[in-house]
Amino acid sequence: MTFQSILFEREMTIGADSNKTNDLSFLSDLNLDQVINAILSGKKEYDLEPFYHAYLNDTETIFYRQEIMRDLENEILLTVLNSFAEEMKKMREALAALEKLFYKNQIERQFLDIVSSYCKAVLILYNDLDSILLKSKGLLSFKEYLKAYIGSDYFTSISENARQIIEDLSSIKYTILIKGLQVKVRKYESEINYSEEVEKTFSKFKEGEAKDHKAKIEWYANLNGVEAKIVDGVSELFPDIFSRMHLFYKANFDFADPVIVAFDREIQFYISYLNYIAPVKRAGMKFCLPQISIERKEVSSKESFDLALASKLVSEGKKVVTNDFHLNGKERVIVVSGPNQGGKTTFAKSFGQMHYLACLGLAVTGREAKLFHCDKILTHFEKEEHIVNLRGKLHDELYRIHQVLEKATTNSLVIINEMFTSTTLQDQIFLSEKIMDKISKLDLLGVWVTFIDELASYNEKTVSMMSTVVPETQAVRTFKIIRNPANGLAYALSIAEKYKLTYGDILKRLKS
Amino acid sequence: MNVHLLYRDKDFNLQQDLPWNSEAVIQDLELDTMLKAMADENEFTFEVAKTVILSGLDNDEATIRYHQQILRDCLKNPEVVESIYTIAVESIKKEKENYLGIFSDYPDAILSRSMKVLEIFIEELKKLRNLANEKYNDFDSKGFKGLFEMLKRDLTDEYFSEMENHLTQLKFKNGVLISGQLGDGNKGKNYALRKLENGNKNWWERFKYDYLFPWLENSDKKWIRRLAHNNSKKGVYNFYIHYRDESGIRALRNIKDEGINLAANALAQSDDHILNFFVHLKSELAFYRGCMALYNKLASMEAPVFFPEPMETGHLHDVRGLYDVSLALTMNRHVVGNEFRAENKDLIMVTGANQGGKSTFLRSVGVAQLMMQSGMFVPAEYFRANICDSLLTHFKREEDTEMESGKLDEELSRMDEIIRHITPGTMILFNESFGATNEREGAEIASQITGALLEKGIKIFFVTHLYEFAHSFYEKQHPKMLFLRAERKPDGTRTFKIKEGAPHQTSFGEDLYNDIFRENKGNEPTE
Repeated sequence: MTFQSILFEREMTIGADSNKTNDLSFLSDLNLDQVINAILSGKKEYDLEPFYHAYLNDTETIFYRQEIMRDLENEILLTVLNSFAEEMKKMREALAALEKLFYKNQIERQFLDIVSSYCKAVLILYNDLDSILLKSKGLLSFKEYLKAYIGSDYFTSISENARQIIEDLSSIKYTILIKGLQVKVRKYESEINYSEEVEKTFSKFKEGEAKDHKAKIEWYANLNGVEAKIVDGVSELFPDIFSRMHLFYKANFDFADPVIVAFDREIQFYISYLNYIAPVKRAGMKFCLPQISIERKEVSSKESFDLALASKLVSEGKKVVTNDFHLNGKERVIVVSGPNQGGKTTFAKSFGQMHYLACLGLAVTGREAKLFHCDKILTHFEKEEHIVNLRGKLHDELYRIHQVLEKATTNSLVIINEMFTSTTLQDQIFLSEKIMDKISKLDLLGVWVTFIDELASYNEKTVSMMSTVVPETQAVRTFKIIRNPANGLAYALSIAEKYKLTYGDILKRLKS
Repeated sequence: MNVHLLYRDKDFNLQQDLPWNSEAVIQDLELDTMLKAMADENEFTFEVAKTVILSGLDNDEATIRYHQQILRDCLKNPEVVESIYTIAVESIKKEKENYLGIFSDYPDAILSRSMKVLEIFIEELKKLRNLANEKYNDFDSKGFKGLFEMLKRDLTDEYFSEMENHLTQLKFKNGVLISGQLGDGNKGKNYALRKLENGNKNWWERFKYDYLFPWLENSDKKWIRRLAHNNSKKGVYNFYIHYRDESGIRALRNIKDEGINLAANALAQSDDHILNFFVHLKSELAFYRGCMALYNKLASMEAPVFFPEPMETGHLHDVRGLYDVSLALTMNRHVVGNEFRAENKDLIMVTGANQGGKSTFLRSVGVAQLMMQSGMFVPAEYFRANICDSLLTHFKREEDTEMESGKLDEELSRMDEIIRHITPGTMILFNESFGATNEREGAEIASQITGALLEKGIKIFFVTHLYEFAHSFYEKQHPKMLFLRAERKPDGTRTFKIKEGAPHQTSFGEDLYNDIFRENKGNEPTE
């Protein structure tokens, strides 16, 4: 099978994906918008946002990506890909910079250097990949693609030509004679290095290290008018080399391979995510590639946590609390209750985050995880800011939960955080039970954060979990006063002892 | 080029770290008085003398003799030494006058400044070399001979003209020739200054047609020359920069700067090196000039000096007429000297009358040690002693007005510091140490410390009025101990002489009391 893309096993484009139009408002409820923005912020040039918003509907692609993620656990592979990305980035910048240049002799030479670096980078990438044990279908077939590309006539001709012309240009030696405002350019004729001669004469005075008096001379990468004229002069002295350079420039405008260029962008989807989670990993937190099922809703996880929060806490040097969960048999909804500030909402969010990230084919938080491949994630979080009066708020909440349930299929995931708090308890119980009833009938998987205890034991599908507060312990300092018998030493000798200046002490000290 | 008048194989470093206890040594031995006499109000000489003397404890016997020879030469040839010193001082001064200021970023400014300074230095070096030629035979020391030989060897007339030739070339009368290569983006790189061959070639160019075609008319030669010239123009690409093209001129200067950068650097570094040579010459001579000044002062008061004999090993002090320089300088006359011989003695204990010259004696021992080890003469008629690798002092500090227990604490904490730094080659001077408590406790502490140091074979001078302490050591009749006592005549008057003798029970405080209360006979030295 030929290589298509490192993100999709089969031909597929993001634009055609139906999920593109999906409502992504749940991302901000789950704080995933923070995560994604942080991931994208360092990688703007790759335009990765569409990939992070494209929820995968087929598990095959998820597995395709998980295999690649597994390969990427190899630090060496990551280093290889990062340095390739670095080279490609330099290439893009250099190509963009060409447009700002004036002088033909500089543009054409710069172009040669770019092509040459590109060829080198591709060769190095292939050789490096070849030396690493790869297991994923995606990377293996990309490696095969590279092998064929490197062996192609086109590639060998551009790399060899570029190399030869650069070598010839580099071998040119010329002299400039500056007298007043006159400049003469000639071929170099083995004139003696006068600096060396001067240095030799005066080396007689050399004694030890000397201060460096070499001036820092302003240096710009671009040619100025005078330098351009000098190069013009050199080109007249060596016309053959310069004309080959010119022809190369004219002939090879589209030298970069589109599949490799696409790979360079798409592999960043994985790398950007790994970069984001790297500090969290370094802090000792666990990540895993989840088992994903399209049928079984018996999800579970060990040591999972809220990725957005963890990223923040780790950067502040604080500890991250992890949680376990599991649903057996008919259990579907985790009802979380308990004291405030106990991490209830965080738990609900991490549950949603894990399912979303899993469906992008990425690693999720926790030592291990079994997750459900849901068709969509629906959230209902309190929205305070837009509501003027209390009746309005209840109305709004009911309206929104109605919409959620309208959209929901039996394969959807629902996350509810504190609903109906603006009305009486009686109302709350009544309304909540109604909603729970619907959720049960749809057999929805989800988490519901609430302080209504009744919900926790609503039926066989609900599971109760509670937040707890750990009491603080305090370190005890001791300033004990205990009796010691007087040792009978005179005051002066005791000072001598203090300074270790008695006869015995001094002998001991002078021994070493 | 090296001066090497202080060390045979290395330069003198004025910024070196001095021994850890230098402050204490200067204070305890009252070194400032002597240093001031050497410096003659010159702060620089003061610092040099202080550094050389305090670091002198590191010198081996050969270095000490090396200094002694040089110092003898100086005393024999004061005018020549003065001339050399003047050359060094003048060179340093003139170099300072040519300062670079804000143009230090431009190689052409660096180059022209360096050339100017170099021209001055060449003149001064010529003077110095000529002096070395003329006076070589008047000097005997290895140090001066070596310096003069080096000047004669390194600074030949040929070498001077080679340098002067470069100074002419580097004015670039015929333009600056620079080689280059194409770097990234075909930007010129590796610019290197090349030699423009013009001297002989010009002569040939000028006359070759006369030589080749002697039969031709001048106008015809001109025609041929022009033809040939055009031909040789092939392979030359020529352009001009407009005189109002400022950025072009700047760009051109940049290339030129890169070309001359290394040469400018080489010249500037040479200036630094030569300056450094003069600075060393000045500072190393400053020490000897200080010694000469001290010598003259002592000679004028007819106080004797002696070039001592340092011994590399063993414990020996064999001295006659040893006096305290600082005291002599303060009183401006020759003062009483002492005589003693301590061969294979580890402990020299000095007891006796208060104000009997004990402290003065101890100082004279310490100062003479420092002077000997830095290669100076010593204030004595005769002086032979072993060299030590560190000189530690533990003197009672008068200024300490804290309560007694605090004083003892302070004394012991200084002693602790001394133990940390002690080596087998240490010589340690105690002056009324551990007296800040009652006599019994003081004696006990002093005994324990001294006993331990003796056990380790450390050379100790101990001045004390702690009779119990001194007596207990005297009773041991140990062959490695020598007991000296401040002399007192039977009528109670002091001679300020230290003589061999056992410790006496009283320290003659009564005498002192009587002396002060009965009559005032003018001020003899006080401790």
